[in-house]
Amino acid sequence: MDAILLQILNGLDKGSAYALIALGLTLIFGTLGVVNFAHGALFMIGAFCAVSVQKLLNLSFVTLDETQKDFLGNPLKVETPYVQSWFGPEVGATIIDWSVPLAILFAIPIMLMVGYVMERGLIKHFYKRPHADQILVTFGLAIVMQEVVKYFFGANPIQTPPPEALSGSVDLGIMIGFDTNAIIYPIWRLVYFAFAVGIIGAVFSFLQFTTFGMVVRAGMADRETVGLLGINIDRRFTIMFGIAAAVAGLAGVMYGPLNPPNYHMGMDFLVLSFVVVVVGGMGSLPGAVLAGFLLGILESFASTTWATTTIPGINQIIIYLVAIIVLLTRPRGLMGRKGVMEE
Amino acid sequence: MLGLNKKDTSLLIVVALLTMLAPFILNPFPEGSAMAQFNAGYPDLMQRFVIFGIFAIGFNILFGLTGYLSFGHAAFLGVGSYSAVWMFKLLSYNVVPAIALSVVVAGLFSLLIGFVSLRRSGIYFSILTLAFAQMSFALAYSVLSNPKFNLTNGETGLQVYADDPQILQGANAPDLPHLFGLPMRSTYTMDLGAWSFDFNAGYYLCAVVLMVVFYLAIRIFRSPFGMMLRAVKSNQQRMNYTGLNSKPYMLAAFVISGMYAGLAGGLMAAMDPLAGAERMQWTASGEVVLMTILGGTGTLIGPVLGAGFIKYFENIFSKINDNVLHSWFSFLPDGLEDAVVFVIHPFIGKGWHLTLGILFMLVVIYLPGGLVEGGQRLRGWFRRKKKGADDAPSGKTEPAE
Repeated sequence: MDAILLQILNGLDKGSAYALIALGLTLIFGTLGVVNFAHGALFMIGAFCAVSVQKLLNLSFVTLDETQKDFLGNPLKVETPYVQSWFGPEVGATIIDWSVPLAILFAIPIMLMVGYVMERGLIKHFYKRPHADQILVTFGLAIVMQEVVKYFFGANPIQTPPPEALSGSVDLGIMIGFDTNAIIYPIWRLVYFAFAVGIIGAVFSFLQFTTFGMVVRAGMADRETVGLLGINIDRRFTIMFGIAAAVAGLAGVMYGPLNPPNYHMGMDFLVLSFVVVVVGGMGSLPGAVLAGFLLGILESFASTTWATTTIPGINQIIIYLVAIIVLLTRPRGLMGRKGVMEE
Repeated sequence: MLGLNKKDTSLLIVVALLTMLAPFILNPFPEGSAMAQFNAGYPDLMQRFVIFGIFAIGFNILFGLTGYLSFGHAAFLGVGSYSAVWMFKLLSYNVVPAIALSVVVAGLFSLLIGFVSLRRSGIYFSILTLAFAQMSFALAYSVLSNPKFNLTNGETGLQVYADDPQILQGANAPDLPHLFGLPMRSTYTMDLGAWSFDFNAGYYLCAVVLMVVFYLAIRIFRSPFGMMLRAVKSNQQRMNYTGLNSKPYMLAAFVISGMYAGLAGGLMAAMDPLAGAERMQWTASGEVVLMTILGGTGTLIGPVLGAGFIKYFENIFSKINDNVLHSWFSFLPDGLEDAVVFVIHPFIGKGWHLTLGILFMLVVIYLPGGLVEGGQRLRGWFRRKKKGADDAPSGKTEPAE
């Protein structure tokens, strides 16, 4: 029982990332009818927002400390980050320690802007073009984004540690009545899961309970009629694209402490997220979220020693296998509706 | 000739001449001159031109004719390479059985994948093929290289070792891929004054194969089968309404293009007996898509042109470094020279992928018909200039609904 629970928990962090990316992808499908192959790159850019914030906060100046000597007998060079000299050593250290959560504030405007520019500058011209062209142009854009990031940050993964208070593990087993050490779980994964749930909840309530969201939903159902009613639906869809980009970006920011970001992390996630969208049902937001968590948990079950010794390598291919089975038995996905992206 | 009309025959002859004379055409600059770095007439690169040409021709049979965008064709190439190397390991270094097996295995593999993927169309199809290719990559990279059942040799790549059986390997046969005793690496170098031209056995094998498959592609394009595939592209629904089942045609096209990819993979292994999983990655699939659209989707010659173009510029761009740039722009004033070099720097050398991505976007945005369309536009533009602007073509013809 506790082993099963542990695997479910283990699947939650990857599942959260899948769900967030798939949610953004589905938002873009549903509103603009565009297949965005650059969505993984947006996830990656989000992660590198965290890297940049960390680098910015760690910018420091060098002073010579005459009281200490290094091993050559010269005065020791002491690097003091600017934040520490501005806010005092303790506050400064705390700010640096919390750089990843702080990066959220930095990433939201950046990702909204990236999404806005991308939609107005490129995607807008591709509404009327075939899906193949949309796939190709966003694929090209993804390569460009990756290479630009690689040019500035290098090809190696960059560590973005979580804040001191949120690193380490917590024994969840005791809290719910199992033995000690039965379920040891890293805190940051819990944070990530809670964060993902928060974002998903926010997106859903934004669509469900605001006038803006209502108009967007109406536009998803019938864009032309909403346009005829005198509503500038294009502008709203552009904003939705920005929001989708921000969701992917935030997923990336928070993912850094789980897995050090590198320039091609986006593509690794993109392929899987597409599979998630297809399994969930194209154009269905709840489907995307559900399938994201389901596949994440399945993947974690397939990674147990028992599964990998029974069928070697099952953890590498389980998601694809599930996708194939789902598509063959329920071609529209788990929660797909008739008539949505049937083409 | 050979059941082709006049236009296609001349096209085939042009391709034949281009491939046969490639060692001359691609080496226009004398050895040792400053321009020699733009020469592409060395065996390794010429082989790549032709092999990727074959790959792109096959991809075009699927994408160009039916409009189904497969994002997983590199998987078939990889499977072809692996089967060829296995043939080297088990039988002998003779390339004929190796290439034959790679075509057959890739065909079977594509039959399997096509059967599943073709249940859906449009983006679903693209995503499914992408997922399959990534799955094959994951399998080849890690799963199938476990000690008990080592099919792919994982990260190292599959290669021939001294203790492999090679049961048909003759005592005198060369210890590297050969065609009935003629090693693929044997090169005859002809020196003509300042020029030197390389004639490589492996290249000529690939070139002959290219001509054969190009001929086959022409026949497929002109056949009733090809017409069916075009009908799928223009309106599959209407085709179904008329009572035709398009599935078998689609599957056949998918398998044929998979076999082309397998053939390319087999040839790749025949030139260099090593097969690695990275050949199956999605970037490789993306590259063949780019070659096809850059050259011209749905045209006969386009994919070959696109493959040549990309491989040539990949090679040239990767070779250029800052020193070369400085020597080019040395005529500029110093500050300007540094500025120009600084601007170009991210796009050259290791930055080739950045250039590729930008090229990709530019082609899709401005030239969806690729180089072939670009050429036609240029020609039309010149003609109109001659005739005057009044007899411009009166728009496209629309099919009646």
